[in-house]
Amino acid sequence: MSGATTSLGRLFLPGATVVHRLPPQCKLVATVAFVLAVVSTPREQVWAFGLYAMLLAAVAATARVPAGVIARRMAIELPFVTFALLMPFVAHGERVTVAGVGLSVSGLWGAWNILVKGTLGVVASILLAATTEARTLLLGVERLRLPSLLTQIATFMLRYTDVIVDELRRMKVARAARGFEARDIRQVGVLARSLAALFLRSYERGERVHLAMVSRGYDGRMPVLHGDARASGAQWATAAALPAAAALVAATAWMVQWTHL
Amino acid sequence: MDPSLEVRGLAYAYPDGHQALYGVDLTIARGERVALLGPNGAGKTTLVLHLNGILHGGLGTVRVAGLGVDPADKKSLREIRRRVGIVFQDPDDQLFMPTVREDVAFGPANLGLRGDELDRRVVSALTRVGMLEVADRPPQHLSFGQRRRVAVATVLAMEPEILVLDEPSSNLDPAGRRELAEVLTSLDVTVLMVTHDLPYAAELCPRSLIMSGGLIVADGPTPDILTDDELLRAHRLELPFGFDPAAVAR
Repeated sequence: MSGATTSLGRLFLPGATVVHRLPPQCKLVATVAFVLAVVSTPREQVWAFGLYAMLLAAVAATARVPAGVIARRMAIELPFVTFALLMPFVAHGERVTVAGVGLSVSGLWGAWNILVKGTLGVVASILLAATTEARTLLLGVERLRLPSLLTQIATFMLRYTDVIVDELRRMKVARAARGFEARDIRQVGVLARSLAALFLRSYERGERVHLAMVSRGYDGRMPVLHGDARASGAQWATAAALPAAAALVAATAWMVQWTHL
Repeated sequence: MDPSLEVRGLAYAYPDGHQALYGVDLTIARGERVALLGPNGAGKTTLVLHLNGILHGGLGTVRVAGLGVDPADKKSLREIRRRVGIVFQDPDDQLFMPTVREDVAFGPANLGLRGDELDRRVVSALTRVGMLEVADRPPQHLSFGQRRRVAVATVLAMEPEILVLDEPSSNLDPAGRRELAEVLTSLDVTVLMVTHDLPYAAELCPRSLIMSGGLIVADGPTPDILTDDELLRAHRLELPFGFDPAAVAR
């Protein structure tokens, strides 16, 4: 079986800073509010995004999350970056010439918009995941009274990701033991069949888990095990510091945008 | 006093027409430890799933400590599921909550327990299987033997009338096997153990049943059953090489 570092558990960096100690529901609300402020900011106000980045840097410093860790985890954003980089070449409208290449102005603004807002959102999420254990995060979701079906699904993902990854690994070893090597595209059929087998196995496991749950009195509702650990006003106020500052920046950016039109 | 488990004339065919049980009769008195032996496909799992009303719709009756299993009566079904604690074969199926503590609390919380009473149940169940120190760990970080013992605790927390174990010794290493045996013998609860592991049955259960072809074909003291070569051979059961059940009986 897998060791102490699970695929989902690795995101968390243990610590005891103010950010770590905040109740998960406060951090969730703060992150969502921050991202809302960022995406609602007009893209032409470039300075505002600099301020947002500084706000996040302040949070990272308070939580003692090293910049290197954040930078490495931002790799998840790469597919979107590729898409954004294509926009100046394919978009229509007014064009400018940079180093002999014709680029679309609206495409450039579009790329900038996706890149900067996406990156700020990703960094905010990385900070949330680095300071909150996955399990605690789900507790926060539960306390915010989000639909319990969603929390149940996420909770099962958390529990069974390792089990499924482990099965995948065993199937890979079994393939390799019989001389299989994934060298090129022609072997894709074998991999597809492995995935199908894995899907079936997981589906059957789901049925067995359900049986075990029903045997212990499950009736479709998850019992509430963690009481209502309410966050204090002070904790909400602390968590609000980030989104409040962001909201201020967003409001200023809009005022500047309007007065200059 | 009512027996812990009373099954009368239980017959069942799966929706695809495959008949799995052909009229099973068995009675298990309170406090007994009984092994249910039988080859693959004998209907053992089908029988187990009838004990708490997950499968139903055939002929016959199942009574748990006097209370009949009636799938139509939701309220009594809940009580039946409290009384019959099933430990499934793969602990990864049984342990589905993020931490051991939450998993053990799942059953009693479904029964409506909260707060201190719930905590007390969890602590007592984990103590009985010697797993209290792992209460706050995720199940996937435990060894297989530890997970199996926690799985036992998850049903003990419901204070069942009868503990039903499906292949409890499968995949355990020798130490894990012995530790589980120690836990099971220390419990003051009726046990029905479904297994192919004849030495384990000999060690833990004074009485054995053999199930074959959807019927109970033998019922008696485990040493007698395990020394009846002809009976065992007729139902695809074999003692491991070098094992002498007569030696265990003493």
